Amino acid sequence: MRADVSLDCFGLLCPMPIIKTAEKIKLLKTGEVLEVLSNDEGIKTDMPAWCKATGQEFIGVEERGGEYRAYVKKRGE
Amino acid sequence: MEKEKFNIVVFSGDMDKVLAAFILATTAASMGMETSMFFTFWGLNVLRKKKLTSGKNILQKMMNFMNQGGASRLSLSKFNMLGMGPAMMKVLMKQAKVPSIEEFIKTAKGLGVKLIACTTTFSFMGFEKDDFIDGIDSYAGAATFMGMACEGKVSYFI
Repeated sequence: MRADVSLDCFGLLCPMPIIKTAEKIKLLKTGEVLEVLSNDEGIKTDMPAWCKATGQEFIGVEERGGEYRAYVKKRGE
Repeated sequence: MEKEKFNIVVFSGDMDKVLAAFILATTAASMGMETSMFFTFWGLNVLRKKKLTSGKNILQKMMNFMNQGGASRLSLSKFNMLGMGPAMMKVLMKQAKVPSIEEFIKTAKGLGVKLIACTTTFSFMGFEKDDFIDGIDSYAGAATFMGMACEGKVSYFI
């Protein structure tokens, strides 16, 4: 998956990846994709829930050996 | 679309409970919810400055001397052990990169969380505004909270 911006949240526990995502997404342009790297399993359900609440597009989460890459496409402000 | 609201009464001044309150409040705010934290009773300790004591009469001064304020000085609801519990918890939190309560206050403010201090506790404990940290959005009573609760679907108490 290709992303425009990457956000490293390795080692951070809930809710920090979500809070950092909310801060980071503001810097993206509409249509750009944000990749969030995390080793907190909670991100698998937290990221789609955050996207649903904020109206951003949840693309998916890739999991590889306890590492998660969540992808979010910015829809608007 | 009108924003969802999240309100939480922080009655407890226990570090673990306050941490849970801040986790939910910052998460709610980052999800675009209009978020308010209403601090009352022991919860006011979170917003107090570190001071030896405060209050207007001798009883208030004694009480506020025993009930020390300051976000970094909160005790644990379990295993407090004269402060050893919180000290160990802070080390564990640091190791896991979990923000401290002071850091959570800053994060919450940055996300637009409203910090509200209860005027009743404020008055009977003999506090003055100078006893509190900067960044408190308002001083208000129970009706304010109930008004907020009526407007929002999610209102918690801890």
